[in-house]
Amino acid sequence: MALLEVKDLKVRVEEREILHGLTLTVNEGEVHAIMGPNGSGKSTLSHVIAGKPGYEVTDGQILFKGEDLLEMSPDERAAKGVFLAFQYPVEIPGVATMTFLRTALNAQRKARGESEYSTPDFLKKVREVSKSLNIPQDMLKRGVNVGFSGGEKKRNEVLQMALFEPSLCILDEMDSGLDIDALRIAADGVNALRSPKRAMVVITHYQRLLNYIVPDVVHVMSKGRVVKSGGKELALELEASGYAQFEDAA
Amino acid sequence: MPAVQETVERVKRIDVDQYRYGFETLIDSEKAPKGLSEEIVKFISQKKNEPAWMLQWRLEAYRRWLTMQEPTWARVDYPKIDFQDLYYYAAPKPKKTVTSLDEIDPEILKTYEKLGIPLREVAMLEGVEPKVGEDDPARRKIAVDAVFDSVSVATTFKAELKKAGVIFMPISEAIREHPELVQKYLGSVVPTSDNFYATLNSAVFSDGSFVYVPPGVRCPMELSTYFRINERNTGQFERTLIIADKGSYVSYLEGCTAPQRDENQLHAAVVELVAHDDAEIKYSTVQNWYPGNSEGKGGIYNFVTKRGDCRGDRSKISWTQVETGSAITWKYPSCILRGDNSSGEFYSIAISNGFQQVDSGTKMIHLGKNTSSRIISKGIAAGKSQNTYRGLVTAHRKATGARNFTACDSLLIGDKCGAHTVPYIEAKNSSATFEHEATTSKISEDVLFYCIQRGLSQEEAVGLVVNGFVKDVLQQLPMEFAVEAQKLISISLEGSVG
Repeated sequence: MALLEVKDLKVRVEEREILHGLTLTVNEGEVHAIMGPNGSGKSTLSHVIAGKPGYEVTDGQILFKGEDLLEMSPDERAAKGVFLAFQYPVEIPGVATMTFLRTALNAQRKARGESEYSTPDFLKKVREVSKSLNIPQDMLKRGVNVGFSGGEKKRNEVLQMALFEPSLCILDEMDSGLDIDALRIAADGVNALRSPKRAMVVITHYQRLLNYIVPDVVHVMSKGRVVKSGGKELALELEASGYAQFEDAA
Repeated sequence: MPAVQETVERVKRIDVDQYRYGFETLIDSEKAPKGLSEEIVKFISQKKNEPAWMLQWRLEAYRRWLTMQEPTWARVDYPKIDFQDLYYYAAPKPKKTVTSLDEIDPEILKTYEKLGIPLREVAMLEGVEPKVGEDDPARRKIAVDAVFDSVSVATTFKAELKKAGVIFMPISEAIREHPELVQKYLGSVVPTSDNFYATLNSAVFSDGSFVYVPPGVRCPMELSTYFRINERNTGQFERTLIIADKGSYVSYLEGCTAPQRDENQLHAAVVELVAHDDAEIKYSTVQNWYPGNSEGKGGIYNFVTKRGDCRGDRSKISWTQVETGSAITWKYPSCILRGDNSSGEFYSIAISNGFQQVDSGTKMIHLGKNTSSRIISKGIAAGKSQNTYRGLVTAHRKATGARNFTACDSLLIGDKCGAHTVPYIEAKNSSATFEHEATTSKISEDVLFYCIQRGLSQEEAVGLVVNGFVKDVLQQLPMEFAVEAQKLISISLEGSVG
């Protein structure tokens, strides 16, 4: 069943069109990789799906579980199950990570009409997940991402993904700024969250990440459009031949 | 953070204007005629049954005030105040002497109940105390002095404090019952000639709290005064005097609210603290006077002089303030570090929204040897407000080894507000060590979006980020106040974004 349907999406930022009619369908349980050179519109797509301000959708639509996503506020989208793992997670000084996790999780649950987590249940859950991601408890007491290394920041994103249990995870350049070991830990965390009900969209420049998170479908974006789609072998092909061929195609 | 959730719930319950203390209490009150004259000063003194020396003191202040000019150096802008168009005394119609809460006008009690002030400790006042062993440590006792317009209407836990030797009573009563203490200390920190508003206060102050903690006594509970302006066109001029004798300790909390009115109301208080050798005073304020409506109409003019004198060696005075209210705030709680090795602290959160103007900060005056001071100021400006930190750190010739650390951080929300930092630093001897740090930042769209992407609403996100920004200062507040202050911060920023 289609979880996310992007249809002929056109998006402008300050009078300049970035996406020129992008179409993409992601089914439940699938992992899609979106590859492409800088400026091809990959991050714009992830921001528009999550509802970041500053983008103007001039045409097309985005359906999520059959509902019009563009009609929803960003926090409503989050409560519905859209999760964006940021390329550069922000720092929030003075707000303990644990506090942040709990506030966010309960806000989502409340929006869905579910009961809030009790403190012991919440703590238990956080401990379990953080342990599997190799996140020490004292990291959770520190301000959100404050003084975290690149790897810690990304693990913190995966931790949230695991806690909030979204149905769509968009990973924006998760490999940027990570060394191989950090990448492996983060990727293992992501792989553990693969499930028949959950879909993932993995945005990346490099094929390297896809060795760890193996996609079902690979899309190549160029100049604001998907120019080619294929299986995981497409990524390897790109690695060998580069993006230049598609720049001409677009 | 459940407090964040709760805040948002609360904010939603509040109508268009978010000030939730804006109601008026309908009670009979007795007022002096409008305007200010020697007659009015005499009238107030007479109402309070004051001894002759007190009246003389007031009259001298009044005469001096006539020669003084309103200060204009602060970064605040307001129409000229007509001091003859105000009432200087308003009191709920008296019911002779009040000995228990039963005799207080029920409307006033209801007011405090609505405000969430624990005068509800009616039972306590009447001597029904919790049984031994039933004491809930989470609900520490707080003794409250409630000031309604010009008079103190109730003071709780008086008897229990008396047992410890602590005097906590309305200053009007202290003038009659402890004249030797009042005469010795009143005006000894803020002289009657200090400044325009302090002098005015000295002439017409009607009530406030008086605290004396004897040598070696650790005050057994938090003391608190709750100020409420109710009457129209009435100025509130309260006077607080706190004395911590040698080796004693006291923590004092102050809260303020007022009804929503279209016209401006004047509040000109004076607070004096005296700490003797090895004594410590912790003074916390949560100021939430009515800030005016969203067009900038109405609100309290808050012109306050607060000063602490670390008179003894190794004494310590700590000011913590959370300022969210008032149309105009003009306030610089200060420390005179007279005793050797004494120390002063100032922790402040000043939030301005709408058309509020805040000019606040502190003065640390190092006179004694090896004195130290610490200033942590967090200013948050939203809406069309202006928020100024103004501070003075000075070390005298003889204050060898004086040390100060100052950190002023400002946070801007939106692009129509302003934050300003005006530090004055003076060292008159070469051994002083002064450090000053200042930052100004804008609440970033990326941070807000990150929070919102994780399911928080816009308001929750702002509340969370701001509470993080002020955390260092919130931690200085007594527990009960910290929770309340955290909620207050989010409420006062409602509607500040987008």
